[in-house]
Amino acid sequence: MAHTEWRDAPELPDFSLLKRLARDQLIFLLEQLPGKKDLFIDADLMSPLDRIANVTILKQHEVDKLYKVELKPIVSSSDQLCFLIRPRIQTVKWISDLVNADKVAGRFRRYKIIFTPQKFYACETVLEEQGVYGDVTTDEWNFYILPLDDDILSLELPEFFRDNFLEGDQRWVTTAGSALHLLQSVYGSFSKVYGIGRCAKMVYESWRELMEEGEQRTRQPEFAKVFLVDRDVDFVTPLCSQVVYEGLVDDLFRIKCGTVELGPDVTSSDKSIKVMLNSQDKVFSEIRNEHFSNVFGFLSQKAKNLQTAYDKRRGMDIQQMKAFVSDELKGLKQEHRLLSLHIGASESMMKKKTKQDFQELLKTEHSLLEGFEIRECITYIEEHINRQVSMIDSLRLLCLLSITENGLLSKDYRSLKAQYLQSYGIKHLLTFANLRQLGLLEEQQAGETLTVMESKVGKLVNDKTVGKLTDAFSSLAKKSNFRALSKRLALVPKSGEEYDLRVPRDMAYVFSGAYIPLSCKLIEQVLERDGWTGLEEVTRMLNGQEFAVTARNKTDAQRIVLVMFLGGCTFSEISALRFLGKERDAYYVKQIEYMVNIKLSI
Amino acid sequence: MTRAKPEDDEYWNSSKFKAFTFDDEDDEFSQLKESKRAVNSILVDDDDEDEEDVERVSWSGEPVGSISWSVKETASSIRSGSEQSFPKIDTTPSLSKQGSGYSLSSLFKGNLHDLSPEETVRRMQKGRAFSLEKFCSLQDKLLLLDEAVAVYDGNVITAVLIFLKKSLSKEILFRELMARDVALRHYVHYLKEMGEQKLVVELLKALGRTEDMALMHYKEHLNIKDESRRRDFLKSCLSLPFSQDDATHVQDHYTLLERQIIIEASDKKAVAEIFKKFPRKASILNMPIITTLYYSCFYHYGESEGTFSSPSNIRKTFRISEKQYILTALGARAKLKSWFDVDSLFNTKNWLGYTKKRSPIGFHRVVDILHKNSAPVQVLQEYVNLIDDPDLKLSGALKYKCHDIVINTYRDLKDRQQLIVYREKLERDSPEYRKIQELLNNVQIRWKN
Repeated sequence: MAHTEWRDAPELPDFSLLKRLARDQLIFLLEQLPGKKDLFIDADLMSPLDRIANVTILKQHEVDKLYKVELKPIVSSSDQLCFLIRPRIQTVKWISDLVNADKVAGRFRRYKIIFTPQKFYACETVLEEQGVYGDVTTDEWNFYILPLDDDILSLELPEFFRDNFLEGDQRWVTTAGSALHLLQSVYGSFSKVYGIGRCAKMVYESWRELMEEGEQRTRQPEFAKVFLVDRDVDFVTPLCSQVVYEGLVDDLFRIKCGTVELGPDVTSSDKSIKVMLNSQDKVFSEIRNEHFSNVFGFLSQKAKNLQTAYDKRRGMDIQQMKAFVSDELKGLKQEHRLLSLHIGASESMMKKKTKQDFQELLKTEHSLLEGFEIRECITYIEEHINRQVSMIDSLRLLCLLSITENGLLSKDYRSLKAQYLQSYGIKHLLTFANLRQLGLLEEQQAGETLTVMESKVGKLVNDKTVGKLTDAFSSLAKKSNFRALSKRLALVPKSGEEYDLRVPRDMAYVFSGAYIPLSCKLIEQVLERDGWTGLEEVTRMLNGQEFAVTARNKTDAQRIVLVMFLGGCTFSEISALRFLGKERDAYYVKQIEYMVNIKLSI
Repeated sequence: MTRAKPEDDEYWNSSKFKAFTFDDEDDEFSQLKESKRAVNSILVDDDDEDEEDVERVSWSGEPVGSISWSVKETASSIRSGSEQSFPKIDTTPSLSKQGSGYSLSSLFKGNLHDLSPEETVRRMQKGRAFSLEKFCSLQDKLLLLDEAVAVYDGNVITAVLIFLKKSLSKEILFRELMARDVALRHYVHYLKEMGEQKLVVELLKALGRTEDMALMHYKEHLNIKDESRRRDFLKSCLSLPFSQDDATHVQDHYTLLERQIIIEASDKKAVAEIFKKFPRKASILNMPIITTLYYSCFYHYGESEGTFSSPSNIRKTFRISEKQYILTALGARAKLKSWFDVDSLFNTKNWLGYTKKRSPIGFHRVVDILHKNSAPVQVLQEYVNLIDDPDLKLSGALKYKCHDIVINTYRDLKDRQQLIVYREKLERDSPEYRKIQELLNNVQIRWKN
């Protein structure tokens, strides 16, 4: 067929429905405690809540005052206290203490805890043990999914990663399953589910159980394919410095719940402001996925256009001026405001990045990804640590080194760890223990034959050569999965080739053309093959746990793909998937546990 | 779209409005407010209502007609339990689900005791009433635990573990957890969240995970605020079975804090000139080793190795590499603009008694650090001259405006064109300008261009 334009681009469903559902349920729960009440809200629920309800709505349902949960004594004078919290033992203990203190003081109040997205038995046990079970009523607000943007859904569970991958606690598995179930019941069923990872498998099972016992609509229109992926399938990507605009904003200013707080240095005033970053922001939506090197040019072009638009006023007569003011001026002013904001942000990025020798850092990362000049990289990391610059960057580099090299050589591990502890504090030996548990930073196991050989050869030659030999040996000795994966999936383009970042040719553009995110490459490959066939070697290297299942009554291939990152994803991955979506004429909706920027410390 | 009105946004995000504040010290809240007494607010949990969720979601005063199909209407459509549209993917851990249909007896609360482990776990998953009393024998308890693990529900796994914790002796529970890794990790996490560190330590010890146990115990120091108590606690950690490496680090940690306490006590009331000139911004307690070394190079430079606060003592005690030492000392002395000290850091005498400058870190880095501490051009120039790599040297000279070096380099390269270009950047009639002028007029030089 010569013309494919007849195919309508798939419409993304209206995810704001999810907000409405959540809001309605919240209102219902608030009504369960009739009369005036004070509402205590978990700090990290405030922004999500802000997205779906506002003070007027809460007031309408007799919420008197709002407080943030701070785990300190309270001063409320209300006779009814309502707590809107995540199911955390610590918070429930705090509430129990409040209730008991009231009892001692002979004060009568009603208490209600609304757990979101669900309650845990462990929390209820605390109420029981503290002797306040019954004094406190509990409820669940099943607020599973927050739409952050047209194509981003989030569970807003920052603890998902730590709980699941570090502690091995599966408490959020059913939550993720329920989130999928909710999507399915609101928007139609899924035609196909692919996945990889242990958690992905459990989530799938949990969701399938829900579906089986739940009442199913038959012949619901299918709306999407789903791809579930565990964060630990690809640790490399979140360890790389981000260079697309949105990623950089996140790395430097931290985007939380779709909002960023820009300090006085950006706003060039004495206040910092909170800005929503999404597709509603016309300037932002054009640069968010761009490589940073293109952003300046774009912004300055925009600024010129804006100037021209303003200049039109010259020589206008009154009538024209009137029309201009009513039709265009508001839009222009809005654009002006946004433009100066993003220019300010870019400037501040440039300042910070040049200060810390960003180029050198990127160069090291790229060498590590390529497996090139590892000795030099180690020296760089060492100096980075010695100079006590950014603790988190040092750790990122160490982890990237470990993962790409399949662990550090014993002597390197020990010396780098010792220097790290000297520079940033000895308590971080706990951090190192955690990272080892996660498999993010490991010491290669001794006893491998080559190590012995290496030390023998090492005695014969001078120090400098030992380093080089060591590199050679380690690349031979280790079943370096990342290297092999990278080769197999062509993640790292051949060096030396020019990469025009203005006209990206593949997803590698999100890392300056140096690396295609492993997670996104997997997704691309599996969708292309409609399964894992032909990727056996790859999945073996990723420790298996892959699956692909088709709905029995499968209809046409769906062009909306829901990618669920279990344990969070980065903005670079989102940009890469948007790029993929454009190429493949499909939409990728990203459902995530939380935007990571992996928190590595204790 | 549910966009908040702007004034709402402001209300919500800032605390300048009265009613909403994060500050519980605010007196405004002591004002008593009239409150209605709620009469009928207590929810009775009706455990066997399947529709509990359904009712909640579809309830609304607003027209939810458009979305009510999401949950409520689906209730009337077909149950598809038998006709599963998605297959299972993993057969190994899932236990047989026969009898997963609720038995009649389960509808009566009185008979909750007769439920099988499968049925019980299922009810727990759904948040329905259940009873664990019946699970008395060890075998039954373990069946229950294994079933919870088989359905991947962390919430239920923990619930069963809490029951086991209450109804089994520690020894038996620990023993059984040894072979059950998933359950074990849930248990450890639960105990940590409950703040039962002692029990975790005991558990890890029983499991033979001595290094984990040692770390767990060591972690407690983070909760001790008082520094002498913290020091004593760290001392008590020294005998724990850490890995060899970590044992050294923990020993360092103890020694460091011990020294810091001594240094802090004397420096707090120190009267030396340097403390007046540069008052301390913070205490040295609990700072990393390198920060402590920097502090010592700043306030205690030149003290003899015998004193705890001297740089040489700290360097020796904590086995700090030469490179690291030079970097830190350089930073501190440059900050104080003690260029003499900076010089002596790099001076080495050869056997003929000539001094020569050597550095374990590249001189381009040295220059970088000096520049960041706003060293004068003369100082910078000397160090730029020491950079080995000619390209780095030239770029350093250009960056830090060491004119002489730039000019000499171009002269040595016989690069007339570059000299002309550089001349234009200089002030007319400055000594450098004149120097270039002289060079360009010098007929002896054979320029390459």
